[in-house]
Amino acid sequence: MLLFARYAELLGASSVSIELAPGATIADVVAGVRALPGGDQLPDRPLCARNLAMARLEEVVVPGDELALLPPMAGG
Amino acid sequence: MRYLSSAPLDTTTLLESIRDPSRGAVVTFVGAVRNHDGGRPVVALEYSAYGPMAEAVCGQIIAEASERWPATVALMHRIGRLVPGDDAVVVAAAASHRDAAFQAARWVIDEVKRRVPIWKREHYADGAADWIIPPEAVAAE
Repeated sequence: MLLFARYAELLGASSVSIELAPGATIADVVAGVRALPGGDQLPDRPLCARNLAMARLEEVVVPGDELALLPPMAGG
Repeated sequence: MRYLSSAPLDTTTLLESIRDPSRGAVVTFVGAVRNHDGGRPVVALEYSAYGPMAEAVCGQIIAEASERWPATVALMHRIGRLVPGDDAVVVAAAASHRDAAFQAARWVIDEVKRRVPIWKREHYADGAADWIIPPEAVAAE
């Protein structure tokens, strides 16, 4: 799972690997990230993206998916 | 990269890409780095992005704008370290008439701020730095 901006700072990494069981959802990945050092400061239900589009936490993850946790957007 | 640039934005080329004698109304919005925020003097702003997704979302915004208004729209967003006065984002819209041009440009910049995965970190004169969370930003589902 890719991390950006403040979330990358919190976890001390721009990406983390989480072991998943088949049928795991994005929410399961988030739970895994929140269990890492620094991860407890993430929101319970952060914005997440799957394959370059906004995704819902209930979506099932499939092999090859690119996941990202997105802090509140501040462009423009 | 089509919509993101790590080099200073070339507004002239951006305008040329949408101008046409059939489109007489041309609106340009430039968002430049401010030297103050909440009463604190700002010395620099660092923009970072989830590049591939930012490019995809910018493309979607441009396409949606073209469907909503009879206008041609272009946008560029700078990433990297900027100082006050630097152009951070440019949105330009060209249409036959000004209503569509103004409305399309306004809508595009609002959408960029709402849904493009770009983040900014403000640096202050005292050496402190904060990640910026716009008041209207969505943090979580």
